[in-house]
Amino acid sequence: MASTNLSMPGRRFVIGVPYGWLLIFFLLPFLILLYISFVDMGNDINPFKPIWDASTGLLKLKYENYWSIFRTGEGGALFQTLYIEAYLRSIWYALCTAVLCLLIGYPFAYFIARSKPSVRPALLMMVMLPFWTSFLLRVYAWKGILADQGVINQFMMAVGLTSEPVQMLYTNVSMLVGMTYVYLPFMILPLYANLVKMDFRLLEAAYDLGTSPFKAFWLITVPLSKAGIVAGFMLVFIPSVGEFVIPSLLGGPENIMIGRVVWDEMFTSNNWPRASALAVVMIGLIVVPLAFYYRYTGEAAEAKH
Amino acid sequence: MKAWFEKHFGKAWLALVYAFLYMPLLFMVVFSFNSTRQDANFTGFSFRWYEALTKDTKIVEGFWLSVQVALVTGVLSAVLGTFAAFVLVRYRRFLGRTAFSGMVNAPLVMPEVVIGLSLLLLMVGAQNVFGWPERGMFTIILGHTLLGMAYGMVVVQSRLLEMNRSIEEAAMDLGARPHEVFFLITLPNIAQGILAAFLLSFTLSFDDVVISEFLSGPGVNTLPQVIFGYARRGINPTIYAAATLLILTVTIVIISYSVWVARQTRKREREIAAATRAGTAAIQPA
Repeated sequence: MASTNLSMPGRRFVIGVPYGWLLIFFLLPFLILLYISFVDMGNDINPFKPIWDASTGLLKLKYENYWSIFRTGEGGALFQTLYIEAYLRSIWYALCTAVLCLLIGYPFAYFIARSKPSVRPALLMMVMLPFWTSFLLRVYAWKGILADQGVINQFMMAVGLTSEPVQMLYTNVSMLVGMTYVYLPFMILPLYANLVKMDFRLLEAAYDLGTSPFKAFWLITVPLSKAGIVAGFMLVFIPSVGEFVIPSLLGGPENIMIGRVVWDEMFTSNNWPRASALAVVMIGLIVVPLAFYYRYTGEAAEAKH
Repeated sequence: MKAWFEKHFGKAWLALVYAFLYMPLLFMVVFSFNSTRQDANFTGFSFRWYEALTKDTKIVEGFWLSVQVALVTGVLSAVLGTFAAFVLVRYRRFLGRTAFSGMVNAPLVMPEVVIGLSLLLLMVGAQNVFGWPERGMFTIILGHTLLGMAYGMVVVQSRLLEMNRSIEEAAMDLGARPHEVFFLITLPNIAQGILAAFLLSFTLSFDDVVISEFLSGPGVNTLPQVIFGYARRGINPTIYAAATLLILTVTIVIISYSVWVARQTRKREREIAAATRAGTAAIQPA
């Protein structure tokens, strides 16, 4: 080490404390989760049976917890279970949320990036401020806003847009409004960070050469902000997949997402092994897009060199 | 035409999105002063929901528990996050560095449900083996700190990367001991990041529902858990009153933090300018 400014025992301490903490509170719980996903459900006192069969001395891995996620019964129809439906629904809502955030957030970030440098910090601060106040309370407020007797319905009836309240709460509408609302800053910030560095003289050059603004936007601005779009998309998509609170408060019975299914399996059905298996599959669901993302950013970094 | 469109469309878009972002906050502030339980009609001004708030023992107890949990989580996360950031930025080679960086970053992308579930399984396992810990405040703090540490690490890391190492080297050349360099040079330089890490993990902890729901024991409910319970049952303006007080607090804290940061930056710029002037004067005698 060329310039370590702490002595060797100090170095060991600085590395050891966070390392030990992570081994105990991150790696170990994950291994336990993996372990329990492979065991049999136990009786009521012990929610799972040991993996090691003392009478034969053999390991008994139960793959049934995983199988039951993918098929309806022994040899039953594949991919038609409630679990698969919940996974697909989670991915679908997460995708919709990311697209909506992009559609709203991209012009927003663009206009902030093009505003006067002196007002930019204040404009960004105003994006962050709601983010620092309770997420739960902001989601809860939408319940009052979107309810049948809520502000929006009352307003629409007063204006005469509708004579009867339109049901928005506990539907796809309220789900997506809530999700988009919560995750919008996660899209705006990386997009802004990217767009603000863009050389807008390129656009002027294109205009001077006779390119229409629309074409210039698609041919110059969008390709140059690709890294920001991808980063924002990931930052919205990944937490959306596992979202638990928003579907519980704003979604209806048909909007149940996988986070909620894991919860119910754990605390309502008391089936710990299956809850663990569902959680392990959920991790897989998130690791795949992440791996693509890291490969993409890795390639982008290499292309720059 | 082009410029006109961009200017006006731009302003309209910004206004609309800000309206979207602030509507729920405004809604809660207004209706916290409503005189009835109604949600769409403002029937009259009153403080009755604030009064109800102070008398609601569940909310008051939850609030104090959340404050304690968030304070401990904030301190632990800032300390552990600083350690982790230091390890990642300063120690390029040690055994298991890749595993370490993977584990620090993982909670940022893990669904909270998975974090909560796996920690719960650990706690149940530990309780079966050692008869400890009882699920409650302690286990909630552990769960929140796992998340807070990851966020704290990111904040302090960016601060450490920005920092100019040559100041440390200069101090060492002038004979400062390693710990003196750390406490006199490094720590003041990253103090802003550490404070931000504390604030961020405090907020995360104060707001968290999912991990607390998994790790709390019977009768131990943080404020978000109490609110989550109420929220599932329906509209309750008492929560709007709580929200209004929270919005007020957050605004004050954020504004004072920004003022502090701005003042620090200006102070440092002045010092650097003064040092540069002195330096130039020393090199070029008039």
